[in-house]
Amino acid sequence: MSAGVGVNLENLWIRFGDFVAVRDANVNINGGDFFSFLGPSGCGKTTILRAVSGFLEPSEGNVLIGGNNMKGIGPNKRPTALIFQNLALFPLMKVWENITFSMEIKGASAKERRKRADELLDMIALTGQGDKLPAELSGGQKQRVAIARALCAEPDVLLLDEPLSALDLKLRQHMRSELREIQKRVGITFIYITHDQGEALTMSDNVAVMRAGVIDQIGDGKTIYNDPSTAFAASFVGENNVFRGTVKKVIGNEVMINTNRSGDLMARISSNNVGKMKEGDDAMLFIRPEAFSLAPLGTQGDHFVTAEVHKEEFEGNVFNIFMEGEGGKEMKVSLPNLGQSFESHRGEPMTLEYDVHNAVALPAGVLATE
Amino acid sequence: MPRFLREYFNRNGVGLGSVMLGLVLFWTIGLIILPQLSMLDFSFRPNLPPPEIGGPKDVYTLENYKYLIFGPEGGSQDYNAVDLKVFYRTLIAAILVTLFNLMLCYPIAYYLAQTKGNHIRILALMLIIPYWINEILRAFALRIIFGETGVLNNLLVGAGVFDTPFDFIRNDIALYAGLGYAYILLMIFPIYNVIESLDRNQIEAARDMGASWTRIHRRVVIPYAKPGISSGCTMVFMLSAGALAAPQILGGPSSLWFTQLIYQQFNDNSDWPQGAAYAVVLLVTCILLVLALMRVFKVNMGDIGK
Ligand SMILES: Nc1ncnc2c1ncn2[C@@H]1O[C@H](COP(=O)(O)OP(=O)(O)OP(=O)(O)O)[C@@H](O)[C@H]1O
Ligand SMILES: [Mg+2]
Repeated sequence: MSAGVGVNLENLWIRFGDFVAVRDANVNINGGDFFSFLGPSGCGKTTILRAVSGFLEPSEGNVLIGGNNMKGIGPNKRPTALIFQNLALFPLMKVWENITFSMEIKGASAKERRKRADELLDMIALTGQGDKLPAELSGGQKQRVAIARALCAEPDVLLLDEPLSALDLKLRQHMRSELREIQKRVGITFIYITHDQGEALTMSDNVAVMRAGVIDQIGDGKTIYNDPSTAFAASFVGENNVFRGTVKKVIGNEVMINTNRSGDLMARISSNNVGKMKEGDDAMLFIRPEAFSLAPLGTQGDHFVTAEVHKEEFEGNVFNIFMEGEGGKEMKVSLPNLGQSFESHRGEPMTLEYDVHNAVALPAGVLATE
Repeated sequence: MPRFLREYFNRNGVGLGSVMLGLVLFWTIGLIILPQLSMLDFSFRPNLPPPEIGGPKDVYTLENYKYLIFGPEGGSQDYNAVDLKVFYRTLIAAILVTLFNLMLCYPIAYYLAQTKGNHIRILALMLIIPYWINEILRAFALRIIFGETGVLNNLLVGAGVFDTPFDFIRNDIALYAGLGYAYILLMIFPIYNVIESLDRNQIEAARDMGASWTRIHRRVVIPYAKPGISSGCTMVFMLSAGALAAPQILGGPSSLWFTQLIYQQFNDNSDWPQGAAYAVVLLVTCILLVLALMRVFKVNMGDIGK
């Protein structure tokens, strides 16, 4: 199955003076995977990538590429190619020279390089633009040239540091599918960095969620979305409504939480935390906006929430309803558009129901703040 | 009024604008162009005693230029071998000093520009502070270092490298060192300025693709730094070729610098027209040389100003 070259991080620590940028990271990336590191700005994503590409020696721990320890091996000797956050194309070289710079280093003739450049230009849909300078290309075109330049080096592992962050939304969405497409075609391992959770979920086979130098969770998109293992992961990935409280009762894999504002609510304990939650613990309960459905007003029970409606937003297929939430924040509920309207409910209470299986209980922790 | 002038006055106001413009014009026309034109005029006139100036003998002539090439009328040699040799040696030496300076300063400029931290500011200060001392004193300091009983000879003889003191002065080593040192800042800072704006990621990208350090410099850094390099080289070359203090103080007895010949004509021989002709030849040759090299290395005039 895993045809490509895998990457392993073993007990990786990276310190800058007293500051710990990466704390004990353990990650196994399968060969041929599209793997993403997802986390807010400053959490250490670029630092990890620099350790994999060899620009930075870890303070402790190992980086393995294809099972080989990379300790002491410089960036020019590793089978990786890095696409920089700002692309770093060479402004004074023509596009084709940029793309085939790695071949120039190996001593390929200009003719060979031209030929390879033409192939790669075809692949990135820039046929015939090889003689331009990078400054004469649009943002998306530069992006593709940077990808071609990295691929031309025939790396075993391609490292991408938020390569789409400078593009506008439309182009970003287009480039996402294009990147995924290219990855499938060349079949090498991609390690992708982003702080955009939509990007991570749509493109990746597996995602590592990072917070302040710590990797909170590793899993495929569905697992991370449906079964987050920390409060941070639950609040950072996708939209989520949080209810704080204390554990009242543990019943197998489920738990009753005495919430501060909605009484006792039932939830499923996240898989990683089964057996770790005890009565009296501070806990958080997360329910996604789309996990709610409408219930008869005033229904009481351990999977019903009643709150006042603040406003409604019509989004075509769904209504987004913002209700009085916890600690001054609003609670968001998305109900499918079935021809009804909630306009008349503004300022009035509304009762919602959820399936206990879709509510996730976690030990209280730091939330992602937007 | 052309548009750029109108914009200029709109931005600075008529009063301040006129004062600034006036000063700049006075500076360029009054202090640079007019004196140079009068030098040019001198160079085409015979050297006459004051009463005869403006008289019938005061006519334009190429005598002074001829003198540089053929020597005195009816002289023993076909060519003015002595002066021509000095001229030629001065140009070659100025080129060598420039190249030597470039090789020395490029790594320093690169290091200063691409390294972060406070020690860089201290290093830059250490480069700048010696220039607070005037040129003559600096040259004499070098003379003391390189002299027969100087620090360097004491060290080398003491360490047993030489049996007898080495004559750095007579061998022109002191002169080259002095000229090289005199203008390093003018080489370092233009290069530093350009390299500082080079995105570090470009260097890392090249490295990531497997490039050696020499290739990174050849293909990424030097092409980018070219405007700074040409600006630095031009200044160092022009100033070395036109230097007077360092050759006077550090040159050996045999090694006349062309500027010393010019100085002698003006000062010792009181032959201003002859001195002016020599100066014009030096200036024009240097400018042509620089322009030719700029063409060879595909540098634009605008780049020099960077
Ligand atoms: N060379 C360095 N010296 C000191 N601290 C550093 C250095 N490089 C990074 N850091 C610190 O390490 C932390 C992580 O930085 P990093 O660049 O990995 O963040 P990131 O997750 O890539 O963020 P972003 O999404 O903004 O690019 C930051 O707090 C940063 O200040
Ligand atoms: Mg980053």
